[in-house]
Amino acid sequence: MKNIPQKVIHQYLRHQKKFPHVWCAGCGNGIILGDLLRAIYNLGIKKDNIAMVSGIGCSSRMPVYVDFNTLHTTHGRAIAFATGLKFAKPEMHVIVITGDGDAAAIGGNHLIHAARRNIDLTIIIINNSIYGMTGGQYSPTTPTGKKATTAPYGSIEPTFDLCELSRCAGASFVARSTAYHTIETRKIFEKAILKKGCSVIEVISQCPVVYGRLNNITSPVKMLEWQRDNTIPVSAISKLPAEKIKGKIVRGIIHDVDKPEFTEEYDKLVKQFEKQSDNYKNNTKNNS
Amino acid sequence: MKKTMMGNYAASWGAQLSRVQVIAAYPITPQTLIVEKLSEIVANGELDAEFIKVESEHSAMSACIGASATGARAYTATSAQGLALMHEMLHWAALARLPIVLTNVNRAMAPGWSIWADQNDSLSQRDTGLMHIFASSSQDILDSTILGYKVSEQVLLPTLISFDAFFLSHTVEVVDMPLIEDVDKFLPPYNPEYKLDVNDPRSFGALTSEEHYYEFRYKMQKAMEDAIGLIKKEGREYEKLTSRYYDLIHPYRCEDADLILVTSGTIAETTNVAVDELREEGKKVGNLRIRVIRPYPKQDILKAIKNCSKIAVIDRNISCGYHGIFAQELKSALYNETDIPVWGYLAGIGGRDVKIENIKEISDETLKSKEPEDMIMKGVKV
Repeated sequence: MKNIPQKVIHQYLRHQKKFPHVWCAGCGNGIILGDLLRAIYNLGIKKDNIAMVSGIGCSSRMPVYVDFNTLHTTHGRAIAFATGLKFAKPEMHVIVITGDGDAAAIGGNHLIHAARRNIDLTIIIINNSIYGMTGGQYSPTTPTGKKATTAPYGSIEPTFDLCELSRCAGASFVARSTAYHTIETRKIFEKAILKKGCSVIEVISQCPVVYGRLNNITSPVKMLEWQRDNTIPVSAISKLPAEKIKGKIVRGIIHDVDKPEFTEEYDKLVKQFEKQSDNYKNNTKNNS
Repeated sequence: MKKTMMGNYAASWGAQLSRVQVIAAYPITPQTLIVEKLSEIVANGELDAEFIKVESEHSAMSACIGASATGARAYTATSAQGLALMHEMLHWAALARLPIVLTNVNRAMAPGWSIWADQNDSLSQRDTGLMHIFASSSQDILDSTILGYKVSEQVLLPTLISFDAFFLSHTVEVVDMPLIEDVDKFLPPYNPEYKLDVNDPRSFGALTSEEHYYEFRYKMQKAMEDAIGLIKKEGREYEKLTSRYYDLIHPYRCEDADLILVTSGTIAETTNVAVDELREEGKKVGNLRIRVIRPYPKQDILKAIKNCSKIAVIDRNISCGYHGIFAQELKSALYNETDIPVWGYLAGIGGRDVKIENIKEISDETLKSKEPEDMIMKGVKV
């Protein structure tokens, strides 16, 4: 990895205009934003060729702080807005920043349909297992039994596996990382941005202030260590005995296939009919 | 029993005292505290209800509709974008004649993203067929919830209770909590004539041709008209219990006023103070607070304003392309009935604070003015 000084990240931030940010001390959002900016820097993509779209929630504040084309939309609808944007500007790199509540609850429908169409979006879901911004209600990824302000004695609901959901729905690139594994996260982002097709990356993050407080783990360091100790790389699964894998969360690139991308397929169809139309015009001209 | 609490918690306790049976909600600032408190109340066994944290506001109202159709007392709370997302289901709840009570914390619509007080969110739901109350104090929020169910379950229309974000939702006030035994006497369990019942199957939401749809609307209109009398009647019953009376309008020092200010929400409370100060200055000003906008209390308003010579409406909302919504409503009520001129003012849009001095300025300006204006945008920076 190239040694990138802070100044490089600063060139992507609206740090003189929009800072200080709203994220709490110990939050993973800043770490993940840093990973993303380093990935974009390494790929050498011009700022103006990136559109960052988000919904509502703590992670969805991210576009406010970066100097790209940005769109901070309504709760759950980031992917729907991004679909329109990608259609109008297929040459743009469209990155969606969303959270577990935004992408998996109110916007769950858009997530599965973007994956099914395999539209070329990079969808980054920062999963902190809770609705942080509104004060800690349980989300579709709050682990069963864990507490939230709307589940004072623990959530009884099963959770979504966002990677499995996206893979089954049809996304061509699915990966998982954590706020702890910054280098891995950056590398996954680089691959995902270049991938032609729908890329879904779940980044497990920590919310010490709300989730941690409600569940008696208030140290962000402990939460980061948890991410280190409770995840295993996908490459290690075949090498490890079953008891070492049990209960662990798999991270890394889970799914990476090449399949038709939606805007390209659309373009092909348009070109095909344009050709037919040209042929028709030429034939009628020749005949007359 | 007197307690200090935030406006949001007054809504939670209002639902608890009403013994709601199903609560379905989705988090949104500044509503969240209402639902958090209720989830705690339910989890602690202080209320025998099912609490569902659903995946969107649209689902929240859908779940309430399902629950209400089985004969359960259903409750939800939301704000701004959440209420907008519920819109389809608000029409449904009203046309299905389900007496759901919902709380909306009035917050400005996005973009630009704002979480501060503005009435455009709930006034956009004006034509859904919901009864619509604008509460002006925490006490009002709690009492309106109980009264809401009492009236809703008789006329079979939902009730929407709106109040200002932060000025009321997060402000701590003293609230007199009625005893649950008294509320139980006032608000008996909901037992509708028609409900989903496996032993007596019925169909809800069937295809309706032009043969019948018009008549559905006729019946809803009649129910709204009945609600005017019922709100007063139940208000008097509730007064016997609590010594607090709630009407559709709350006139303050209007009897001999030359100028009547027409207000709603928290601005109405501030206006009462402004009126007292104006009176001390020798200016005969009154405040007519509109508490209920649907059903619209036209006759009550005509009675309250009959002696004044000028009216100024203060709107914390705007129907862009025309003007303030309360001003529009009032002018339409006055047409053909009186020649009293009406001035329209906008203030407090997007949560901008409306202070006593702002109201006094509006009052002084109207007293001096000779030509009424549809809309004067106070304090706008252009």
